Amino acid sequence: MGLRERLAELREQGLADIEQSKDLKKINEIRVKMLGKKGPITNVLRGMRDLSAEERPKVGQFANKVRDELSAAIDDKRQKLEEAAMNAELAAETVDVTLPGSPVAQGQPHVIQQVIDQVVDLFVSMGYEVAVGDEVEQEVYNFEKLNLPKDHPARDMQDTFYVTPSVLMRTQTSPMQARMLEKHDFSQGPLKMISPGKVYRRDTDDATHSHQFNQIEGMVVGTHITMADLKGTLERVAQSLFGDKLNVRLRPSYFPFTEPSVEADITCFNCMGKGCAICKHTGWIEVLGAGMVHPNVLKMSGVDPEEYGGFAFGLGPDRFAMLKYGVTDIRNFYQNDVRFLTQFDRKG
Amino acid sequence: MKVSYNWLKEYLDLDVAPRELSEKIARTSVDINDVYSLGDGLKKIVVGEVTSCEPHPNSDHLNVCQVNVGEDKPLQIVCGAPNVAAGEKVIVALNGARIADNQKIKRGKIRGVESNGMLCALQEIGFSDKIAPKESSAGLYLLPDDAQPGESAISYLGLDDTIIDTDVTPNRGDMLSIYGNVNDIAAFYDLKPHFKELAVKENDDQSAADLVTASIKDQKIAPTYKLRVIKNVKVADSPLWLQIRLWNSGIRPINNVVDVTNYVLLKYGQPLHSYDYDRLPGHDFGVRHAEEGEKFVTLDDNEQTLKAQDILVTADDQPVALAGTMGGQGTAVEDDTKTVALEAAIFDPVMVRKQARRLDLHSESSMRFERGINPSTVETALNEAAELIAELAGGTVAKGIVTGSEKPAKDKDINLSLSKVNHVLGTDLKMADVTDVFDRLNFAYQVQSEDGIVVTAPARRWDIELSADLYEEIARIYGYDKLPATLPVMTRNRGGLTARQKFIRASRHDFEGMGLNQALSYSLTTVEKAKQFQISPVDEPMKLDFPMSSDHVATRMSIVSGLLIDVAYNIAHNVNNVALYEEGRVFIPKGGERPEEQEHIAGAVTGQLLANNWHVADHPVDFFQVKGMVEQYLKNMGLADQVTYVADQSRAEMHPGRTANIMLGDQLVGFVGQVHPKTAQAYKIPETYVFELNIESLLSAKKIGNEYTPVSKFPTITRDIALLVDTSVTNADVVALIKQRGGAFLKDVHLFDVYSGNHLPAGKKSLAYTLTYQDDHDTLKEDQVNAAFDKVTKYLTSQLGAEVR
Repeated sequence: MGLRERLAELREQGLADIEQSKDLKKINEIRVKMLGKKGPITNVLRGMRDLSAEERPKVGQFANKVRDELSAAIDDKRQKLEEAAMNAELAAETVDVTLPGSPVAQGQPHVIQQVIDQVVDLFVSMGYEVAVGDEVEQEVYNFEKLNLPKDHPARDMQDTFYVTPSVLMRTQTSPMQARMLEKHDFSQGPLKMISPGKVYRRDTDDATHSHQFNQIEGMVVGTHITMADLKGTLERVAQSLFGDKLNVRLRPSYFPFTEPSVEADITCFNCMGKGCAICKHTGWIEVLGAGMVHPNVLKMSGVDPEEYGGFAFGLGPDRFAMLKYGVTDIRNFYQNDVRFLTQFDRKG
Repeated sequence: MKVSYNWLKEYLDLDVAPRELSEKIARTSVDINDVYSLGDGLKKIVVGEVTSCEPHPNSDHLNVCQVNVGEDKPLQIVCGAPNVAAGEKVIVALNGARIADNQKIKRGKIRGVESNGMLCALQEIGFSDKIAPKESSAGLYLLPDDAQPGESAISYLGLDDTIIDTDVTPNRGDMLSIYGNVNDIAAFYDLKPHFKELAVKENDDQSAADLVTASIKDQKIAPTYKLRVIKNVKVADSPLWLQIRLWNSGIRPINNVVDVTNYVLLKYGQPLHSYDYDRLPGHDFGVRHAEEGEKFVTLDDNEQTLKAQDILVTADDQPVALAGTMGGQGTAVEDDTKTVALEAAIFDPVMVRKQARRLDLHSESSMRFERGINPSTVETALNEAAELIAELAGGTVAKGIVTGSEKPAKDKDINLSLSKVNHVLGTDLKMADVTDVFDRLNFAYQVQSEDGIVVTAPARRWDIELSADLYEEIARIYGYDKLPATLPVMTRNRGGLTARQKFIRASRHDFEGMGLNQALSYSLTTVEKAKQFQISPVDEPMKLDFPMSSDHVATRMSIVSGLLIDVAYNIAHNVNNVALYEEGRVFIPKGGERPEEQEHIAGAVTGQLLANNWHVADHPVDFFQVKGMVEQYLKNMGLADQVTYVADQSRAEMHPGRTANIMLGDQLVGFVGQVHPKTAQAYKIPETYVFELNIESLLSAKKIGNEYTPVSKFPTITRDIALLVDTSVTNADVVALIKQRGGAFLKDVHLFDVYSGNHLPAGKKSLAYTLTYQDDHDTLKEDQVNAAFDKVTKYLTSQLGAEVR
């Protein structure tokens, strides 16, 4: 058998062994055995010195080719075996992906806070400043300066937590109207403010009454502020909080510190105006009170009602949250049951 | 006010359905509570005539009646009412009828006798006792003779009238009358009302002034006070048309005299009171304040103890009525009354309100006096009532009105500028649009110039005083729906949150990110709870003058106590993992008129921060978990001064060994720790950890600059050291010494193990630290680190008695 034939036979034998090998150890053995310094191919090459000068390069070339082929086959096989081994390992690591994930510590803002933040953010985006007032207020700011004279029904002792005859727990966020009117420098442009906060009434707590709740007061006063601006602003609020498709209607109402005064209703979001239990079959839901700032209020805060005017409005985040989420008992907001608090997603 | 649609139609040519009308009223005038008919839900209820009535063979109280319901044959109906009798006209619910509470009437047998329906009392067809006439309590409601068998009893009794129940705002007292409603509705539909007044026919033989006098000394109490006298009346039931008006308006028919006063009250909004002339203690009428402690028995048979602020109508100085609120028992019109003294007055709204409120005697009358009375219809109402009583009760009206006081009805002229109207409303109205509104309202006016107009607000609209009030009239009659919707013209206002508001928001978000849910608790609490858990204690909280409940008498001085009430609520409802924070005001009295209001943020955690999970070991909350939150928060707030935690035993509500004051530099800014087990027991809560921080101190504290610190490119070298020290040596002591003596290259000291237990000598603990060294400008050499580490080790041994393990 000539060298060439010997090489061809080695190639066949080697490729067959490689093909049949089952693990990386065997593959390594084949490599050492076939391609090592004491291996058969090296041996064959040693026999080349007996060949003629023409034959020698041809056989040499052929021998290199055989070696490269075997080497490539070994690499190929090794890769396949390695992959199979890894696949087996990964299969062994399989988890039940339906098992629950580990809990993450994550708290939520209170649902009323969500409403407040939403309203505040909306007005901030329209260039309003946020003015936060004191919860223990002087009587004169809570009442007199808002055009609620001494014998006004809203001032009865039964409605207000007094501390002294001149100090009380504020019953509304409206005192900030008077305080901001007094403070504002109108030479720098109109006053545009919003004032969220807690208010207090001398009420017995039940499903619809709470001695503590929240209000958001808003006011714009300048030289060119109209009732149409109020209507447009209220539409913006209602639609941003309850949805674009809803209509707003204004109805006459009465507040001592605005004239004209209106109540703003929105289309019932539950029945879209058809009438249902939530809207008491009217198709409308009352969401806030508003009006044009009463000239007496401006006057008492040292602002000339002939030159300046504007609008004010007040809305109740507690009521908004009750409407929006169908909460029927206001006490839920202040009991802070974790099962209640964690129901409201962060988008408000 | 319960406004009858049929009554309105008497005076207005309305061609809108009741629901449409009520929607218009809501949009233009006053709010609507409800729209309904008393007959809603009733079906197959007719007039019947009892043709015969025989005792039931198997019963001692039932009767078997034959009832003509307008059909060929009478119906046999078994009836148990005591006043059923042959010849009476009655209310019959036929087979298949629906009566009160949606109850269905079916043919059936009662004790073996067939019964084809039911004879009804008013209560059985839905009348509440508040409006059912008094005599109807005897049983069946007996109908007048003109009732035709077979006709619908629902319409015969006026129960198909639609009632629009309005919710009148305090300024629109004029809308508490049919008269006011007619005028307003006429304005918004541009109708001409044909309101009918009844003229009085007097008996010239008898002068009222000979029978009564009125001397009103205090005209503040009664600015207007008028009387008439009607003689020879015969008190009886009112005719059905009058009863229908009353029950549809929510008022119970009583007798023809009292019913007339109520009818006129509804029609004109003018409360009237009728006195039995012969029962009066005297005939000189007056008004005065009550004596303190004076007793008076009101119509409802209650003896009232009066206060000096209360107001009385008197006859020869003896009280005969609580003015504007309720009449007296002794002088009420009864069945045998012959002569009636009829009073029409205006009483002071504030005095009436205070009296009605104090005695809890709110009535149709007091409600109207509180909101004001139309001075121009006092006499109209008095005359009409006198005439109606005379007509219905067969008496004669004595000649003349006795007047004790009289406030003239004054119209008001108000100047209005068209351009100002448009400026305020944002409209583009023409003068013709404005005059159209006042034509509709029937307000007189004079156009002065292209821009100027003087409008005369009539006395019947006493709510109108200023031009702003007229803007409202224009806006509502023109229509709020037609107002354009714009936004205020953009200005230079920058708006936005202040730094303080942003800081507070960031604080909230931080604790939410750490797993605490935001709570909102009550600011008003008990004095005891108000004083607990204060950061810097003061003795007494601010207290309410006149609290409503013993749970809410003082303003809180910490937030933690409110959070513990919330924790207790959760525990009581089997929620055992509770992690809450709250941000809000506390009220610290500092001697001023009002307390200092401080923003605080506080947290309370009990159970586990993370719910039980198959994959994570249980980890009940402990001191270090809550402290970790506080540390992370304070780090986030970028405070320049050093924060330290100092063991504290000053707060009785806190665990003496597991509480730290939180110091910023040398300022106390809060505390963190475990609630004392005794306090926890009092709150009925398990082991709970809390913290409270004064946000005001953090807001005003110096913050670190914005510049970043470059990250060193050179490698770090670490050395671990384990120290055996006395238990009294604190981590803070060790770290402080390491930092002090660690050399220029010491970058970090990290505690990685704390051990105290059986394997250590008593009174000893082991603390293990990793010290990290780095040179920002060069590669650090081993021998440099070794030298620095040896030095620290030496100081730890010599100064803290530490043994290196």
